[in-house]
Amino acid sequence: MEDQPQLIAYRNLLMRYVSQDSYSMSEDSELLSGALRARGVSPDDLVNMHIDVLKNVSSNLDNATLRSLYFLSKIMEGYGSEYREHQTLKNRQKQLDTELDVAAEVQKALLEGKVPACSFADIGAISEPAKKMSGDYYRIVNDGGRLAVTIADIVGKGIPAAMCMSMIKYAMDSLPENSQGAPPFILSSLNRVVERNVDPSMFITMFYGVYDPLSRVFSFASAGHEPGFYYSASKDQFEELEARGLSLGLAPGTRYKEYSREIAKGDMLFLLTDGVTEARTDNGFIERKDIVDLIRQSMHLPAAKMVKQIIYELKKMQHFNLHDDFTFIAMKF
Amino acid sequence: MNISIQREANGENLFLVAVEGEIDVFTAPELKQGLLPLTEIIGSKLTLDLNETKYMDSTALGVIVAALKSASKHQCQFVVTGLTPRIKRLFEITGLMDILKREQTNGGNADD
Repeated sequence: MEDQPQLIAYRNLLMRYVSQDSYSMSEDSELLSGALRARGVSPDDLVNMHIDVLKNVSSNLDNATLRSLYFLSKIMEGYGSEYREHQTLKNRQKQLDTELDVAAEVQKALLEGKVPACSFADIGAISEPAKKMSGDYYRIVNDGGRLAVTIADIVGKGIPAAMCMSMIKYAMDSLPENSQGAPPFILSSLNRVVERNVDPSMFITMFYGVYDPLSRVFSFASAGHEPGFYYSASKDQFEELEARGLSLGLAPGTRYKEYSREIAKGDMLFLLTDGVTEARTDNGFIERKDIVDLIRQSMHLPAAKMVKQIIYELKKMQHFNLHDDFTFIAMKF
Repeated sequence: MNISIQREANGENLFLVAVEGEIDVFTAPELKQGLLPLTEIIGSKLTLDLNETKYMDSTALGVIVAALKSASKHQCQFVVTGLTPRIKRLFEITGLMDILKREQTNGGNADD
């Protein structure tokens, strides 16, 4: 590295410091140190450079000093290799981050949760990943006048959950259109897909419901999913949308039960993933009654604004640091 | 997280696995390593004691599901005890409780 500008700069600065007692080097040395690190000069290289400079500028270095510097250089070798390893890891990390960003974008595009225009309901949906990639999934489709809504949570975190969720998306897309009326059929079909294709430690909770505006009935089934809420306008009260069923991927051949509820004008339905209820705050877990309170405070808003407001409040309760993905859907009839 | 694995001294394949602390994405692999090989011993009886478990997240549930499936495949009787009300609710909603009960042919109780 004899001809490198850093070496010359190092020699000049060192000489000035050694020869002038009054010279304060803090700013210059910081700059030089930054430049050396930017060029990837390792600790052992630096010690060797120091020895070279000293030998060049001073002919009367005593043997003991010189030998002590060689000793230091030898000791620094290990630090040098650790430093190089660290640089390699940093680069690899950068590369992984970039790949993850791309994957997250792909996932976002795949799952872009569009909320369809709907003449008989005001619908809002929001999904926030805890990290870059999400293991939550939702889908709202207006199919020939009927409204089909899916919400799912892949139990597990990060990239494996996100990959599994993409599989769910395609499995749902490939279900025959005319099956949309039968929630138990949808869930047992998906259970077959998940059972066959997913790691044994992974499972998925899913809620699937269909609203028929002619009969004003909401039919639904649940595969182990966190129950949603039903708001009755006439009673001005909230009830759980209770439905029982095994999560997808737990057991082969699982059958699901269909539940239904009549929906009156002014009633509302709320679906969520348990990232919401499993969230920990300073005062313990967020309870379901806390969610109901949040819903009450914002239910006068249009659905799209309402879901944003609820997610904001929930994030605030966790100091804007989400531990799990979470998703919230509001349907106002 | 601390895992203790005890084998009953009477020569039968009876194991007690107790977990102290938090099971999350960082500690779950260790639990998996401890638990899964025991579920592969044909005819063994395995109890997972969560009395001293302060917190578990979804990755912990994943480990329990994998253990349940493996136990079922190897005719190992798998029992989970010491569920807090919060975790018990989670087991009930997801249907894990039904699978656990199905696995427990005699003795053992996931409800206590």
